[in-house]
Amino acid sequence: MSRDLSPRTKLVLYGVLMVLAIPFVFPTWWMVTSSLKPVADIFAFPPQLWPTDPRLEAYQRVFELQPFGRQYLNSVYIALVVTVGTLAVAALAGYAFARIRFRGQNVLFLVVLAGLLIPSEVTIVPLFQMFFKLGLVDTHWPLILVPIFGAPSVLATFIMRQFFIALPGELEEAARVDGLGRFATFWKIALPLSRPALGAVAIFTFLHSWNLYLEPIVFLSSPEKFTLPQALTQFVDAYGGPMWNVQLAAASMTALPVLAVFVIAQKQFVEGLAHTGLKG
Amino acid sequence: MTGSPTDTRTGPVAKTGPAPGRPRRPWWTSHRRDQLAGYLFVAPQLLGSIVFVILPLVLVVWYSLHEWNVLAGTFDYVGGDNYAQLAEDTNLGGVLRATGLFSVGLVVFNLALALLLAVLLNQKLRGTIVFRTLFFSPVVVSLVAWTIVWGFLLQDNGGINGLLDTIGVAGPNWLRGEGTAMLSVVVVQVFKNVGLNMVLFLAALQGVPAELYEAAEVDGARRMRQFWRITVPLISPTILLTSIITVVGSLQVFAQIAVLTQGGPGTSTTVLVYYLYQQAFQFHHFGYGATLSIVLFAIVLALTVLQWQMRKRWVFHES
Repeated sequence: MSRDLSPRTKLVLYGVLMVLAIPFVFPTWWMVTSSLKPVADIFAFPPQLWPTDPRLEAYQRVFELQPFGRQYLNSVYIALVVTVGTLAVAALAGYAFARIRFRGQNVLFLVVLAGLLIPSEVTIVPLFQMFFKLGLVDTHWPLILVPIFGAPSVLATFIMRQFFIALPGELEEAARVDGLGRFATFWKIALPLSRPALGAVAIFTFLHSWNLYLEPIVFLSSPEKFTLPQALTQFVDAYGGPMWNVQLAAASMTALPVLAVFVIAQKQFVEGLAHTGLKG
Repeated sequence: MTGSPTDTRTGPVAKTGPAPGRPRRPWWTSHRRDQLAGYLFVAPQLLGSIVFVILPLVLVVWYSLHEWNVLAGTFDYVGGDNYAQLAEDTNLGGVLRATGLFSVGLVVFNLALALLLAVLLNQKLRGTIVFRTLFFSPVVVSLVAWTIVWGFLLQDNGGINGLLDTIGVAGPNWLRGEGTAMLSVVVVQVFKNVGLNMVLFLAALQGVPAELYEAAEVDGARRMRQFWRITVPLISPTILLTSIITVVGSLQVFAQIAVLTQGGPGTSTTVLVYYLYQQAFQFHHFGYGATLSIVLFAIVLALTVLQWQMRKRWVFHES
């Protein structure tokens, strides 16, 4: 529907787009500005769109009330390990399902694909019991192992398989004729070509792990082991009410770095997700 | 897997099949070697799926027939008791209603808004990339951070009512009212993730050949008619894909409920996953939690099958 538009239509469209953008942009703006306000100004009327008396007090409180640096590190390292692990597992399996002929292939693929129908919420009770019996409750293992092998990684395997099916195989065949083994062909030829798919898988795997909330609150109980989403909800006063400016300061520190990476690399984010396998 | 391929005729046959006299076909062929590579490549994913997905699914059924007491360390067979409890649970009606309302509300609102945004961004207009970035940005904001800010905005004396007040409208206490609580949860979730579906729709729209519209223009078809007769059928595979992703995702909603409403007021926003969490991990009724997990799985399965059936009927073509 890309037709030339009259200047009037263009003006109307810009207006509509700007109004529509408010609920997407305003919350982030409000989060950052409110985190800089003293408690008294948080619910001031009329609302202060720009803090009249900005201060960094709330940011200091974040680190006093919780081992927030440690929690930040937990979230980052878990998300990175899960991302690398998922890429390894999914690229290998996706490649094999797309390229190698072996007996029972289709049945095995269906077994793996079943994981898409079984979100981890369905299996959280037995998973808790399994990890409890292994003595791994209140460790990071459940948050690492379940995503690397569970539903998110199954989706990743599916996307990688779709990508390799669509990828012309001549280069790999030539390499194999030249005497390269399967793994070397995969590692030296196929994997470098699959960078766009790997990028898309890496982005959504990282975000999935970064956002996990049910699993951390089920499995973790010591504050120094908490991940960020869980830590954010812990900034409450003696009555259980949220300490808004502190909570918003912690939320800002959680959200802004990823947002910055996104703005810099938004093309890869958006186009990677749109054009890789997900299109069906 | 890095060795040279062993061709059955010209390769180093002697290594694997020392056949004196007539040349025999060795057992260890390059084909077998490749098969082994296939099994080794899929092994981590396959074994992982069995241990962390299939086995737990089987155990859910097993646990639903038992009651586990963590503190006392007992694990007793209770037969169909948990299922009897399911039939008598007076909360369950409300929980299923909340789950259904949330899913329907989310899917309708999300897909409609995603399609609208995609159509707007698909116009010949300068600066659409900036708007695309803005609409997509909440996708990368931490879910709990996003939810906390909206919770803050939706307080009785929060930013939204403050802004409404300045134009003379008295806003409701969004998160405490029966109807507005559910509406709030849906809206917060829609704005968080609609960018994802928008991007998928945008990619699909860009794949619609421009000649079709030109032909329709010649025939004098109006824009709305073109949209329903040309655009929608051509992007129907994407509509199906996004609706499957969104429906299954809507059944997994948890953090938003836990942060915004804790399932209230009453059970008006207690969706199934949240109820399951309460029963298993707050009240320690693990057996009943497992039973609720089976209900959740049954719903996911039924909806997936239903959508797969719909694909045959409605979807115009497969890409």
